[in-house]
Amino acid sequence: MRKQTKNNLITFIGTAVVFFGLAALSQAGQLNNKINGMLVLIGIYVILAVSLNLTVGVLGELSLGHAGFWCIGAYVSGTVSLILQNSPNVAVPDWLRFTAALIAGGIAAAVFGVLIGIPVLRLRGDYLAIVTLGFGEIMKSLANNIYLVMDNNGLHFGFTQAPELAENSEGAKELLRGPIGMSAPQDTNIWIVTVVLLICLAVLMMFIDSKSGRACMAVRDNYIAAQSVGINVTKFRLMAFTISAAIAGIAGGLYSHSISLLAAKTFDYNKSILILVFVVLGGLGSLRGSIIATIILYALPELFREVGQYRMLIYAIVLIGMMIFNNAPFFIQLRERIGASAPVQRIKGMFKRDKKTAGGAE
Amino acid sequence: MNEQNTAPILEVRELSIQFGGLRAVDGLNMRVKKGQLYGLIGPNGAGKTTVFNMLTGVYKPTSGGIFLDGVSITGKSPVEINKSGIARTFQNIRLFKAMSVLDNVKVGMQNQTKYTTIEGILRLPRYFKEEKQMTEKAIELLKVFELDGEQAALAANLPYGKQRKLEIARALATNPKLLLLDEPAAGMNPNETAELMETIRFVREKFDMTILLIEHDMKLVVGICEELTVLNFGQELAQGETSAVLNDPKVITAYLGD
Repeated sequence: MRKQTKNNLITFIGTAVVFFGLAALSQAGQLNNKINGMLVLIGIYVILAVSLNLTVGVLGELSLGHAGFWCIGAYVSGTVSLILQNSPNVAVPDWLRFTAALIAGGIAAAVFGVLIGIPVLRLRGDYLAIVTLGFGEIMKSLANNIYLVMDNNGLHFGFTQAPELAENSEGAKELLRGPIGMSAPQDTNIWIVTVVLLICLAVLMMFIDSKSGRACMAVRDNYIAAQSVGINVTKFRLMAFTISAAIAGIAGGLYSHSISLLAAKTFDYNKSILILVFVVLGGLGSLRGSIIATIILYALPELFREVGQYRMLIYAIVLIGMMIFNNAPFFIQLRERIGASAPVQRIKGMFKRDKKTAGGAE
Repeated sequence: MNEQNTAPILEVRELSIQFGGLRAVDGLNMRVKKGQLYGLIGPNGAGKTTVFNMLTGVYKPTSGGIFLDGVSITGKSPVEINKSGIARTFQNIRLFKAMSVLDNVKVGMQNQTKYTTIEGILRLPRYFKEEKQMTEKAIELLKVFELDGEQAALAANLPYGKQRKLEIARALATNPKLLLLDEPAAGMNPNETAELMETIRFVREKFDMTILLIEHDMKLVVGICEELTVLNFGQELAQGETSAVLNDPKVITAYLGD
């Protein structure tokens, strides 16, 4: 088997085992409330981190507005869900409504990805970082000011203030309430998050390990050389950026269906940076690294809540520690030595035989 | 020289480019015939790489025309020019450093695959079929350059001479009609240069390739180029068969001074 295929399989199976295991434990009531509450969010952050890794790690473009795509996905999918739920003459089963809402969230985010990408990805340099930075803030402010009311006359839309309703209005229901936010139905649970996470992970792996992914990496490594071998640079950049945005939108859909009150102020600049920190510390271009870093870096500050004010101090130390672990020569050598050590080799030896029989494919 | 009989594969007519007040290349004419090994030489700063950059679309010429197989490619984008059949290497090596040696070559083959991104993500049969073909062809190509032993290594970890070879392999992977080599022997020791000369000759035979190269190493130029154009300060100084050009007093003056 090829090295990359094997690596992908290990990552995929490992993620599946960890998340399905946690979901089962949670279902069996073996986890305390704090961890239970965190599971869904960890899953959502993992999806966000792996999707951002496509833009930052594989494509080599800095994006500082991933929370913006997350926000679009959350609002669009939440709204779709609320509309379908509150329409008197539409009867869809819950699972179908939720699926449609997630897809709508992904599509909406992808559309914005294309709109931003078409002008910006033609340019070389740090323009994407600047534009996405502004984009994230704009999306947050827009979401913060949208009002949407549904009554027997249909949908009423208001910006910065609630819309005025007609005299014969009946059964008015506020779907979006500006800064107060929205309350989408609570459909998300850890099982669904795990399944969506695995699907997104598979899509990303397949994309990266195909000619399109290779093209993106070629553009990242050398723009001029990529053009000289006939790669349509803008097309592949746009493609990767859009996929990244769409997956963030789907994560947004999961998010809006997981919390009782969704407010736009959640999706601020700090969230974009938080996700970027997961990606950078996990290793650019490494999906496995992003997953591990997200779990560690998201869980730690929550688990250390007991130590109160020292929490962020510990977090900072962990960040520095991870940076050193990733890059210091001593640790790189140590990792290689562990890889070459007797027990690890023995474990590898157990798999040797099937490598020989299944090899030759490449 | 029976120029009437063999139509040139590459024809450059009155090619000029101006950067602000500087005319970097001025009225260059050149005809490269099919299967030829053609050299473009000249002192430092003569405009050789600028010519390459115009031929491959990195720069748009201010005036003049470039014709590949009689079709104008003047002012087209690098991607279009590569599609019409010109591949190149770079003076300062430009590999995809964080990718494996094999993947570097496979990126070059991209233009010969048909499967779409969706087919790639869904892993439909065409993905496996074409990826397998690509890999086989890429390994074959790497064997020509004796790089097949290092196919899994990162391009950045190759020694210098092998990086140069890999760049040529990647350019050939795009299946070009005309190969442009920008100082292929730069930084090589005499042994490596001799080996490179063999490789270039072999590539021409095996792939039936026309090669245009820039080179400072006179041993390599004399050894393999059949015809030369000498540039000096952006202008053509001499043109013709290698031995005749190199004995031209104008050329000797340009290189050695009066």
